[in-house]
Amino acid sequence: MEIKILFTILISTIFINNYVLSRILGLCPYLGVSKKLDSAIGMGLAVIFVMTMASFFTFIIYKLLLLPYHVEYLRTIAFIIVIATLVQFVEMIIAKISPSLYQALGIFLPLITTNCAVLGVAVLNIDSGYITQQYGLLYSVTQGFGGGVGFTLALIIMAGIRERLELAFIPENLKGLPITFITAGLMAISFLGFSGMKLF
Amino acid sequence: MNNYFKEIFKGVWEKNPTFVLGIGMCPTLAVSTSVSNAIWMGIATTFVLLCSNILISTIREYVPSHVRIPIFITIIASFVIIVELTLKAYQPSVYKALGIFIPLIVVNCIILGRAEEFASKNTILHSILDAIGMGLGFTLNLTVLSAIREILGANKLLGYQLIPGMKPALLMVLAPGAFFTLGLLLWGMNVIKARAALFKRTE
Repeated sequence: MEIKILFTILISTIFINNYVLSRILGLCPYLGVSKKLDSAIGMGLAVIFVMTMASFFTFIIYKLLLLPYHVEYLRTIAFIIVIATLVQFVEMIIAKISPSLYQALGIFLPLITTNCAVLGVAVLNIDSGYITQQYGLLYSVTQGFGGGVGFTLALIIMAGIRERLELAFIPENLKGLPITFITAGLMAISFLGFSGMKLF
Repeated sequence: MNNYFKEIFKGVWEKNPTFVLGIGMCPTLAVSTSVSNAIWMGIATTFVLLCSNILISTIREYVPSHVRIPIFITIIASFVIIVELTLKAYQPSVYKALGIFIPLIVVNCIILGRAEEFASKNTILHSILDAIGMGLGFTLNLTVLSAIREILGANKLLGYQLIPGMKPALLMVLAPGAFFTLGLLLWGMNVIKARAALFKRTE
């Protein structure tokens, strides 16, 4: 029974409600880091990790701290502090393990803190009403992981396309952001094809 | 006086947050499905920007520079909570329509960007003017984008039907429409800028 629900959550966050292309969250890194495939993969993995961990910790903090003391309205502050700490942690790990990736990601690594997809998944977990359910923690972690995978998928596809766009003939004024947005629009149309898909 | 005016106008055209600097994209695209949503989002963001700019510029001399980002983000989050609770109490329909994008004002790069780049270095008066200008620019962008999307995607403007009997292109209010509209608007802006530069050179 639970496997079925987990699978539904996973597929719907990756494909049907893709965080970037359907919910329009996390555009800054999506546009900023998608110039090269290597850094896109690194960024994607970092975001998957941060989103999964953020879902886990924010859910626990909401359930054990904010709910019992009736201070639910503080969730925005509490969540952003948790996320900032996690990002700092990831930054330290990446700087230690792979300095070249650290260089390539540059300013966008600390900026995962202000990636709306991360705070978005934390808030969405609460808004989805998982808090009252028996396996709520599992569901929200799955949603966080799926969201990260969906983000990475969109980012990697975009990086692949943009690497080819470098060589293509594009009118001068369309170069840079405009053509990237139009490409993203076309990708969003193709992801729209998943909507209305019924799993079980 | 002229100087003050320049400070406000800077945010609207020369350093327009979304179109020129390319920050604050997520709320711009996600909320611009209808003009009323866009205006409410603009007001909320401008309020948070104004309050955080004032407070940060007041305490700018007492903030140690290596912990400034956590301090800024905590200040911003507090004002966002004020906006969230106020909207929930007095405008429940707006609160519902904007959904998770109200808490997400915290991570709007415009606010943190202005705090870091402007308010932490300038006087209170200049920070207020800067916040008003940036807020105005952001609201204007949202309104233009949402007007295009609402007219094409819902055949409505501010909730009133425009051409009776015409079927709207639903795609424009969905995510792809947002990307296309912004892409084409940026293209248009580039074309205008290129023409202006050419005109200046031939003169």
